[in-house]
Amino acid sequence: MKECKTQVRVCAGTSCACRGSFEVQQAIEHDLAERGLANEFQIEATECSAHCGQGPVVEIASHGSIHAGVDVSDVSSFVDECVLKEPPAQDLFPQPGNGIDGLPKMADVGFFKHQRLVVLRNRGLIDPDNIDDYIALDGFEGLAKALLSMTQVEIIDEMKKSGIRGRGGAGFPTGVKWEFCQKVQGDTKYVICNADEGDPGAFMDRSVMEGNPHAVLEGMIIGGKAIGATNGVIYLRDEYPLALKRLTNAIGQLEEYGLLGDNILGSGHSFNIRVVRGGGAFVCGEETSLIASLEGKAGRPRPRPPFPANEGFWSKPTTINNVETWANVPVIINRGGDWYSSIGTESSKGTKVFSLVGKVENTGLVEVPMGTTLRRIIFDIGGGIPDGKKFKAVQSGGPSGGCIPESLIDLPVDYEELAKVGAIMGSGGLIVMDESACMVDVAKFFLSFLVEESCGKCTPCREGVLRMHEILTKIAEGKGTAEDIELLEELAMVVKDASLCALGGTAPNPVLSTLRYFREEYEAHLNEGRCPAGVCRSLITYSIDQEICHGCSACQQSCPVDAISGEKKEPHEIDAALCTKCGACQESCRFDAVLVV
Amino acid sequence: MSAITLDELKEKKKELRAMRKAMESETRARIVVHMGTCGVASGAQKILDRVSQLIDAEGANDIQIMTSGCAGLCSREPMLTVEMGNAPPVKYAELTESKAEKIFKKHVLGGKIVESSLLAVGSEMTR
Repeated sequence: MKECKTQVRVCAGTSCACRGSFEVQQAIEHDLAERGLANEFQIEATECSAHCGQGPVVEIASHGSIHAGVDVSDVSSFVDECVLKEPPAQDLFPQPGNGIDGLPKMADVGFFKHQRLVVLRNRGLIDPDNIDDYIALDGFEGLAKALLSMTQVEIIDEMKKSGIRGRGGAGFPTGVKWEFCQKVQGDTKYVICNADEGDPGAFMDRSVMEGNPHAVLEGMIIGGKAIGATNGVIYLRDEYPLALKRLTNAIGQLEEYGLLGDNILGSGHSFNIRVVRGGGAFVCGEETSLIASLEGKAGRPRPRPPFPANEGFWSKPTTINNVETWANVPVIINRGGDWYSSIGTESSKGTKVFSLVGKVENTGLVEVPMGTTLRRIIFDIGGGIPDGKKFKAVQSGGPSGGCIPESLIDLPVDYEELAKVGAIMGSGGLIVMDESACMVDVAKFFLSFLVEESCGKCTPCREGVLRMHEILTKIAEGKGTAEDIELLEELAMVVKDASLCALGGTAPNPVLSTLRYFREEYEAHLNEGRCPAGVCRSLITYSIDQEICHGCSACQQSCPVDAISGEKKEPHEIDAALCTKCGACQESCRFDAVLVV
Repeated sequence: MSAITLDELKEKKKELRAMRKAMESETRARIVVHMGTCGVASGAQKILDRVSQLIDAEGANDIQIMTSGCAGLCSREPMLTVEMGNAPPVKYAELTESKAEKIFKKHVLGGKIVESSLLAVGSEMTR
């Protein structure tokens, strides 16, 4: 009888959810189960039908009816009058009015259609400077539950059950991390929020702090109770002035309400949070460097163990999690670990926020369930590649991650799948590249970033990354030799294995992954002195196609070094000896007559 | 203010929700300007200033203006959302001051959606 099931669809739009649509869905499920009818109905959450303002909206697909304002207190009569009765009693639960027909709905826009918001659930809905907005949308429900009705072990068990793994990059199970710290004896412990988001192109954490700062604080207070800490520190990079302003303001509001300070909600648990501004060094995203920097020392890593759970900030037991992880905590506690673990894949639970940037039509902040394919993220949500160009690769995980080629576009994104192909989840930066990107140049770019950011404490990272960058520069200049690829691979292994911290340990990833998937591009540079994408300046020459050129002189006017000559309305020419290969002529040409070879 | 208790917190949430609901019927419109760093960088402050001026000039104290964080689609900022009565929220993208003024006059005051700047109506999906 499965195919005959009546479908009941409850709106999961953020507006209906604010009005209690999840509670309504649960109540309908519960009510039908009590009547022994659970098997005859299929109850599911559905996308927004743009009747916001009149929710919660429930649709009964087989009746073709849609009902507005179904309150959780009316569920039993709703089931009687509308779900079980045909035709349903539209007078009791009327069809929503005032709909807007013929206009695109959020659920029709690709960018929004495939996203499922958990961390970003309040985006666009609350004023981040107003704690009351947050309270109205279920703010501090998780906190109240954790502080007043759960023990430390129960909180940790809920986190373990949720299956959430650290969103900062390494993906260590958060509940297990808390458990280590909780079990360590000590009267002073610390909670730290790592807000030192440093990957080029990544801005997830910034947006969370700017848009929903109270959730980060709420998560930290819950974490404080779980491990037995009364002090929290947010290590925030100083490039984020707006996040600083909003966090500072939010902390003041929590203090005013007594949600930070002594004896929060009468629970006996006390907690304080302060923000420390970091200088924005990439290495300070690594936890031991971050702690060193917090203690006023140079931000440099130290070998682990001891792990921060045993010896962290001021040598006290410390739990460090990233911003997105903290923002997930209140929702997990409020809605339960089982609910959270129902989202995602076998090994990676929940949703992940990505910042989608680069050569993609829609750039922005994307939250999807773990296991969503790269194709969905880049093409359905991102809207594909602009200007009719071809997709070439996507860099996941910033300078510590790897390039994933087009052949793997159907890869479901989770921690294990990304690791298998030589990339990492990282904190969630996705940089999309089109056919005009040269992969040698890309690897060189990331390594130049890492050369700058290596702290210099250990030799493999300080010297190894620098030498790798030198070799890449040589290849890009057409001066490479046959042994260079082998040497690069050998160096990469040493840097990976022998570096002190994850910065060095992952630094070779951009090189190894581009070598793995785009080896022929390296070989073209080495063996043929050719850059197939036409990017590496030493290997390309600009010329003008004499057949196509109209002699409009646009290129001549754009050339900063006067390397282009020719009479008006006659084909022009470029003097290769003068040309600096800046590409201005190509950009100015309306006829695509400027060639790069 | 002394430390809040659980009952007070629950009461507060109830009041705030009731207030939000009352606001829907009492205020003519609520305009949300999305001001994450992305929005601010593409000119959201100017949009906020212009719309605030327009509200003042109109003397319309039943039109509320507020800011939020990033609305997600950074490449199409600045964005704003208009919420009126129990109609679904209407999101506008890629705004300029003059486009915002047009939205204020035609949609907020005149009740007619400006399709040329429209992104979409309705809400996003959660889980």
